[in-house]
Amino acid sequence: MVPLSYYLTLGAVLFVIGVVGVLIRKNIIIILLSIELMLNAANINFVAFSHYLQDITGQVFVFFVMTVAAAEVAIGLAIIIALYRNRSTINVEDISLMKW
Amino acid sequence: MAQLLFFYFGGVIVGTATLVVTLRNPIYSAISLLVTFFHVAGLFVLLNAEFIAAVQVLVYAGAILVLYLFVVMLLNLKREERYHRQSLVGVLLGVVILSELALIVSRSTFQSAIGPFTPAVLQAVGNTEAVGRALFTTYLLPFEVASLILLVAMIGAIVLAKRVVRT
Repeated sequence: MVPLSYYLTLGAVLFVIGVVGVLIRKNIIIILLSIELMLNAANINFVAFSHYLQDITGQVFVFFVMTVAAAEVAIGLAIIIALYRNRSTINVEDISLMKW
Repeated sequence: MAQLLFFYFGGVIVGTATLVVTLRNPIYSAISLLVTFFHVAGLFVLLNAEFIAAVQVLVYAGAILVLYLFVVMLLNLKREERYHRQSLVGVLLGVVILSELALIVSRSTFQSAIGPFTPAVLQAVGNTEAVGRALFTTYLLPFEVASLILLVAMIGAIVLAKRVVRT
């Protein structure tokens, strides 16, 4: 039997990898991928708690997290395409101005 | 056995997640994220959440990752510098957050009223049916709101990505 804290530690490590990815990368697509990593870390915690507290609610919430992730990806990638069309770059250092 | 499987899944998840962040080519990053998603699904099976594991493979690995790969190949990027110049601060911040989280996880006990869904009950009822019952009774309103979010996302994506026709 694996203790709950193992799963929480794994979730924490995955979340921090996501945070570091958002902070250090320049490519905006990789930044979105890192956000997916963070959402997955949250999902692992939800399902682990759902299993150990024997409550199905955690799994229902994972379902909602996935819905929001799908919406976020659709909108985010549409924004990236619009951005690339206007600026022909996806480097976040080049897109630091709101309006020019 | 369960412990061995957990360490296998956890190790691969952490390893491929690190590759996602460090690899230079966005396509390779997306592929390693695919491996991460499959192993997270394996972890869900280990936790008796078969329905969520299936949805993870279908939605994350099937839909979201394909969308990412599609956009990466559509944009056809040239090689450029990988890391931001604030990367040292970023890694330092990551270490700080990780140590804080480790402190929280190691110092706290997690306790709550134990719910009715023991593994035996889930075996009898079926994981999918239990989730579906909760989704369509207790969480019916959030479910409808989720469908609304998807509708808004669909319209938003079309509006954003559409080329503006100047007359």
